[in-house]
Amino acid sequence: MQCQACGKRTATIHLTEINEGVRTELHICEHCASEQGIATHSQMSINELLSHLLAVQPSDEEMFGPAEKDLLCPTCGFTLDRLRKEGTLGCPLDYKVFEQALLPLIERAHGGKNSHCGKVPTKLPTDTKKFVELSQLRQQLEEAVRDEDYELAARLRDRMKQLE
Amino acid sequence: MELTEISHDITDWFSGTGPLADIVVSSRIRLARNLAGHRFLNSCSVEEKAEILEKLKSVLMSLDLGDEVFYVSVDKEPELTRNFLVERHLISRHHAMATGPRGAVIARREFFTAMLNEEDHLRLQVLKAGCQLRACAEQIDRIDSLIEGRVEYAFNPRFGYLTACPTNLGTGIRVSVMLHMPALKLTNQIDKFMNAAKDMNLAVRGLFGEGTEAASDLYQISNQVTLGVSERHIVSEFENVVIPEIVEYEKAARRQLLDKDKDTLDDKIARAMALLQNAHLISSQEALFLLSHLRLGLNMHEHMGASTPAIERLCALRASASERDKLTIRTINRLFMLTLPAHLQVNYGKSLDPTHRDALRAKIIRDALTQQS
Repeated sequence: MQCQACGKRTATIHLTEINEGVRTELHICEHCASEQGIATHSQMSINELLSHLLAVQPSDEEMFGPAEKDLLCPTCGFTLDRLRKEGTLGCPLDYKVFEQALLPLIERAHGGKNSHCGKVPTKLPTDTKKFVELSQLRQQLEEAVRDEDYELAARLRDRMKQLE
Repeated sequence: MELTEISHDITDWFSGTGPLADIVVSSRIRLARNLAGHRFLNSCSVEEKAEILEKLKSVLMSLDLGDEVFYVSVDKEPELTRNFLVERHLISRHHAMATGPRGAVIARREFFTAMLNEEDHLRLQVLKAGCQLRACAEQIDRIDSLIEGRVEYAFNPRFGYLTACPTNLGTGIRVSVMLHMPALKLTNQIDKFMNAAKDMNLAVRGLFGEGTEAASDLYQISNQVTLGVSERHIVSEFENVVIPEIVEYEKAARRQLLDKDKDTLDDKIARAMALLQNAHLISSQEALFLLSHLRLGLNMHEHMGASTPAIERLCALRASASERDKLTIRTINRLFMLTLPAHLQVNYGKSLDPTHRDALRAKIIRDALTQQS
């Protein structure tokens, strides 16, 4: 069940109010609950809670600037609109493509921080270009299989093995 | 591996031992990782998910963890098995309920699980009894580095380890403890605790949290910030600042009960004993509720030297012969786990409807809590 406030995450907090025989339910996710400081034994009525929550959800324009709304990840085709709806990104490269738009979101989630200062992998990261190509090849492979062009699929698979 | 090889008992992390065990039941650290060169799971086709799964499965199954590991194809297992694994804290409910190719690599002694294709490609988890966050952190770091030697993780220098959801960015580390806080409930101070937790930037969730109540007075608290702080700092802050403060809330509430409200304390413990020793039908919710009071009584006796009429009677209870004399926290925890719905059915050998489960549960508990002769 989806959170009634953000519509993105799964609702894990379920508040039920029975008032004069009328039963109201509110289903929200932990994120929205903690964001709004909702203790699980709230004194507010459920309707008040819900209006309060909805009032502070940013609209698309507020969340991302007008220019960023149309950005598209070249590797996986992800857009910020999908982020708003799904709550998760499409591929690791999205963090580069949408870096500016994501910053305020990231800072909000991490107490103002926006820069990693913990463990780093011991190996040097491979060139990004290789991963972009791999991703594109994978997409082409899926299409080839769907179109039953198995010769093309085999060639694509070989090329992918070479890259990896 | 058959489920029944592990289903008849609990393991170390739930044994009721470890530092601060009277309040901190267990510690858990989880790391979120994704493979480079792949999309995040939400955007993957079934084929790509299967590809990621195969890659990770072969790496994880060949690691030397100092323990036997077994693999579970979570998507192929029946619902009962998946629920069983959730009850045992080996996979998340999300992992059990999701769709698509996904799996889990589990150590026999259950101190380590890797969820494959949960929200991220890889979610590692280490569990220990009591407050042992630093030990958990060291162990999971070693395992993570072993894996990293064989695959390439999605990582960028600015945002650290890249995760599907920006809330897990950076270290990808989720540090949490499971706390037993019945006294805070009995003294009506749970709200105060919730507010304090929020001020400390903690996420709080009641165990098996579907409703607003915490089953068996067990709460899981965890960090929310994962970016911009080091793993070491998150862990040490949790262990040295957060936990002592929260534990003190519960300790103070227990002292309060002892000093000013012995009757309430005794009543809860005595009722729990009476019902658990005599009921013929008991729901999971009720069993967990009552077992919580027994756990409270035993812990107060052992860690605070508390001695009230009900506590004395509780300590005089003998567990059944196989539990070796005295009723211990381990017994309570074992009853807790083995009478959960999926455990009951796995151990009975087949599915049971709720009434039969309630009867079986009651019988197992009655048999376990025998009187002192």
